Amino acid sequence: MKKIAILFTLYLFFSLQLDAAQFTVCGTCEIASIKEAISISEAHDTIYVKGGIYAEYDILIDKPLTLIGHDFPEIDGELKSTVLTIASDSVWFEGFIIKNVATSYVEDYAGIRVTKSRDFTLINNKLLNTFFAIMLEASNHGLVENNEVIGAAVDQINSGNGIHLWHCNNIKIINNHVTKHRDGIYFEFVDDSEIIGNYSHGNLRYGLHFMFSNRDTYKGNTFEKNGAGVAVMFSKFIYMYDNVFKDNWGRSSYGLLLKEIYDGELIGNTFERNTIAINAEGSNRIEIKGNNFIGNGWGIRVLGACFNNNINGNNFMYNSFDVAYSGHMNDNSFDGNYWSDYTGYDLDRDGIGDVPFRPVKLFTYVVNQVPESIIMIRSLFVYLIDFSEKVSPVFTPDKLVDAQPYMTPFE
Amino acid sequence: MIKILKYSFFDLIRSRWSLIYFLFYLLLAFVLLFLNNDISKAIITMMNVIIILGPLIGIIFGIMYYYNSLEFTELLLAQPIKRSSIFLGQFFGLALSLSLSLVLGLGIPFVVYGLFQSGEIWNFISILWIGFILTFIFTGIAFYIALANQNRIKGFGMAILFWLFMAVIYDGIFLLLLVWFKEYPLDTFALLSSVLNPIDLSRVMILLKLDISALMGYTGAVFKNFFGSGVGMSASISILFLWAVVPILAIVRKAKRKDF
Repeated sequence: MKKIAILFTLYLFFSLQLDAAQFTVCGTCEIASIKEAISISEAHDTIYVKGGIYAEYDILIDKPLTLIGHDFPEIDGELKSTVLTIASDSVWFEGFIIKNVATSYVEDYAGIRVTKSRDFTLINNKLLNTFFAIMLEASNHGLVENNEVIGAAVDQINSGNGIHLWHCNNIKIINNHVTKHRDGIYFEFVDDSEIIGNYSHGNLRYGLHFMFSNRDTYKGNTFEKNGAGVAVMFSKFIYMYDNVFKDNWGRSSYGLLLKEIYDGELIGNTFERNTIAINAEGSNRIEIKGNNFIGNGWGIRVLGACFNNNINGNNFMYNSFDVAYSGHMNDNSFDGNYWSDYTGYDLDRDGIGDVPFRPVKLFTYVVNQVPESIIMIRSLFVYLIDFSEKVSPVFTPDKLVDAQPYMTPFE
Repeated sequence: MIKILKYSFFDLIRSRWSLIYFLFYLLLAFVLLFLNNDISKAIITMMNVIIILGPLIGIIFGIMYYYNSLEFTELLLAQPIKRSSIFLGQFFGLALSLSLSLVLGLGIPFVVYGLFQSGEIWNFISILWIGFILTFIFTGIAFYIALANQNRIKGFGMAILFWLFMAVIYDGIFLLLLVWFKEYPLDTFALLSSVLNPIDLSRVMILLKLDISALMGYTGAVFKNFFGSGVGMSASISILFLWAVVPILAIVRKAKRKDF
């Protein structure tokens, strides 16, 4: 009897599954528009859309549906409004091209807008010439993976963000490619989310931008040639691992901006050829470990109110200035790094230099005081004063010192 | 003049010091490129050497050459030759041979390490060009100082002091003024003071070419605007030329009046 009951339940279960209908949309099919397919479908149905151009906008998915595009069907918004809005839980949207979203100064038009939903999946889509590309509002437990987001932003005032999240949590943003937007990826009030393996480059403002977001992880991303690489502001417990920040080079450009952030970790990242690799202001209790700072203008620029940060085990190589520091008080630890400028010796051969290294040069101090004096960079006089300051420090904070500088770079 | 130039030039080229100078640059460039295969980085290091050592060598060689060949000069003066052609011939002979050492000494290693394949050719040429003109400027000034001072020790001292002033002390005063007047807008002042000193001017011109300007923030933008504009570029080039021409004119003037 029990067996029969189980079989019966299984039968019921599968029959319910089979009840989920499938629709096919194509230019010559019975159903020729996506909107129509959505309106006749019921919850948990699947809609297949074949290749072709669909001139539709303001598409609303208000029930749990699966939409799968074959051969990248193009949904052309014709620069009129938002193209697709998802306002239901458990929506799967895969394999589409969405293009031509209207620019507006009043409305935030987007290629795909997900609003107040959970368990959504946006995968393998291409968003071309959109104002905001993917916009997630008050949604959670979603996945945004393998999308290609190519905007057409020219200036900051009339451009939107690539992947924009607002009041979300538990979102995964994986392996997307974002370019030519204002901010590549933007987080505001987003908690417990992950950003992994994305490539954000050529954006006007930031490659990745955090505001008021806590307990997020970003890992293995590459931020290249953005106005500035990543800005992390007013956030707590942000974990930054194995990212690459490179070629963020320009007058007010930097690899990573830390502003009012607490208790973060920054481990195993590479900063290459940025004007300022890390610009820190009001940042406390951050672990900066095992990073590479190579060929930047400034390695770490500490502007003020930064306490209890540990900067250990990093490689500082060939930066014009390794560390710039304002103020005389230092509460951060700079011990145990490798500095390519270090000229000390290691008599006991334990791999740690016997003479402490002072990463802040006098000239760096002068430049902080009088920005115009940077014009003296690489002048013989500057070498002389740097040398004399190194021998007997007067101006630079005397506690800002690496007592255990490594002789060879870390792997 | 051409004859004396030729004579001085070949005399100098065969001299030990030109060879040492040439070998020094050759070795330096080879070592730099060997240690650091990146041509663009080597060029930056090269710049430091050129704008500091180029003038120093020019000054020292200029003053030594003049004093050493004084007896021969006096012999020439006894001949029916124009004074200006004697001194100018000697000056150009010296400046050209020094420049040749510089160009060959630096050029050969860089060419061997694949300069033509890299995109740095124009940066390299501008560095060579600046080394060339700095050599002319400082050799000319050395010649003038030597002409003006019969006393060798005094002449030598003055020449070294002049180099020290231009290479180090000037920057020191400049930096002090910047720090003192930091409450005021200093862009124009910084621009003006770095344009007036040939060593600073060369340094800034090279740095801006090498795109360090992004480091310089707002000041860099001011400089880039100035040097990027046609007026600014031609102004700075003419200032360099002026620095080269004025000592030559002064040499001619001094030579005419000097009682040997």
